[in-house]
Amino acid sequence: MSVPRRRAAGAPNPTVLDVEKLRKDFPILRQEVRKKPLVYLDSAATAQKPRAVIDAIDRYYLEDNANVHRGVHLLSERATEAYEGAREKVQGFIGAAHAHEIVFLRGTTEAINLVAQTYGRSRVSSGDEVLVTVMEHHSNIVPWQMLCEEKGAALRVAPMDDAGQLLLDEMEKLIGPRTRLLALGHVSNALGSIHPVREIVEMAHRRGVPVLLDGAQAAPHLAIDVRQIGCDFYAFSGHKLFGPTGIGVLYGKSELLEEMPPWQGGGDMISSVSFEKTTWNKVPHKFEAGTPDIAGAIGLGAAIDYVSRVGLPRIAAYEHDLLGYATEALQTVPGLRLVGTAKEKAAVLSFLLGDVHPHDVGTVLDREGVAIRTGHHCAQPLMRRLGVAATARASLAFYNRREDVDALVKALHKVREVFA
Amino acid sequence: MSPDLRDLYQEVVIDHSKKPRNFRKPEGANRSAEGLNPLCGDEMTLYLKLAGDVIEDIGFQGAGCAISKASASLMSSAVKGKTRLEAEALFERVHSMLTEGPEGKVDPEELGKLAALSGVWEFPARVKCASLAWHTLRSALAGGGAPVSTE
Repeated sequence: MSVPRRRAAGAPNPTVLDVEKLRKDFPILRQEVRKKPLVYLDSAATAQKPRAVIDAIDRYYLEDNANVHRGVHLLSERATEAYEGAREKVQGFIGAAHAHEIVFLRGTTEAINLVAQTYGRSRVSSGDEVLVTVMEHHSNIVPWQMLCEEKGAALRVAPMDDAGQLLLDEMEKLIGPRTRLLALGHVSNALGSIHPVREIVEMAHRRGVPVLLDGAQAAPHLAIDVRQIGCDFYAFSGHKLFGPTGIGVLYGKSELLEEMPPWQGGGDMISSVSFEKTTWNKVPHKFEAGTPDIAGAIGLGAAIDYVSRVGLPRIAAYEHDLLGYATEALQTVPGLRLVGTAKEKAAVLSFLLGDVHPHDVGTVLDREGVAIRTGHHCAQPLMRRLGVAATARASLAFYNRREDVDALVKALHKVREVFA
Repeated sequence: MSPDLRDLYQEVVIDHSKKPRNFRKPEGANRSAEGLNPLCGDEMTLYLKLAGDVIEDIGFQGAGCAISKASASLMSSAVKGKTRLEAEALFERVHSMLTEGPEGKVDPEELGKLAALSGVWEFPARVKCASLAWHTLRSALAGGGAPVSTE
């Protein structure tokens, strides 16, 4: 561990977040809902956007809007530069070796579907296997199910323990000679469990199996280095990373992206077209048919700048502390049971309150100004594994404070009153 | 508690959700249908014992939120002994109460105990919970088939 440098007097403490100051960057948080101050605890569904992101999108439409990669005029040059600049920001953010390893797509779901439909379709055949885990979001199950159905391949499912931790020994046993891909989340959206992805990737690679990581829930909370993790694919969404909706990222190792067939056909993904033969553009453009979400990519770039300024290591440390506080605070509510108690957790708290259905919990909380998610969290197989139909989920971001947690606890006592 | 929450979770609703009536598979059931509310994971199976056109017995099983359970429970009590046509007509009136509220054409007072669901319209996200049982009833009357989904 490195020795921290001594701070100059008056300099901000690099390990502490000035949350009140940061909250001023998020205009949406300064409002009342249902005549109560908004307590937003649903960032795992989508995060709020700082002014810097909203302004970047505004500025693009006000000053630079033009199509990319094909104009001879100045605006098109500026738009192209901003769009490709955003790609470089993503590259730096996740530690990719090359900017061309970054494909812009609509989101994590589309990224996983792209891999299933190109890499998967060309590599998986009858009798092969794709391995996922029981904790996956539907978007990391269904595309593989569709692929397996088409190819006559089998979907295998790695198990977890009751706390929501993957059983690596069991997972290892499921990686066999017919396993063509291991696809798993980096952080569980429903439980918050952080998986030891580096170790898992090593394990899979020892058996020659490539790994796709769904990083939708990791990107807003952890510093990511795809080369250090060693994964072959990494997918995440802009909107969970304080960026706009409609934009997301697929990272793929250069040699894999090169050999993969294109997915959708259209403009920008071609090198030349004739009715006899069409040749493909280079990566990543081969996978970006049609006019992309230019404003979205620029907004995502601004979000990455913002998050990088705040600092992911600081965010992670702050959220770790807040999660500890929230975990203790929730356990003071009689009848409350936390679902998902992995040792390594991101700032997600899934819970049940006595026999009150999570949907009813959510409705009462909403009337108190507290926004949480309730339901199966697009992880029905996980709910079945846990033996529950649904949970209530509070998810935190760095703009949340201890008083937000206190408001949640107070509102949960209201729920108990209603259903006493 | 805020007044609209008290409207939603009326005593009758809480009572029926905690002690649902007809929460069973009736003997001699000859119709059934499944209802799903993917939004909150409600799942129910509704059973009917139809004698000619009359709902002689009705029961349901499954898991759901307080609103969907109470609605199914209240519905089962309300339609027992009614004809298919009477049940369909009641469906229309309940549906109107749930979606249109006090501005609608139905006076909840006329619906007896079902009036306990009159607060639901103020919670658009919960209308599906309250109407699930009714859609499932309609499906069972039509002979079952594919599960009913509120989505």
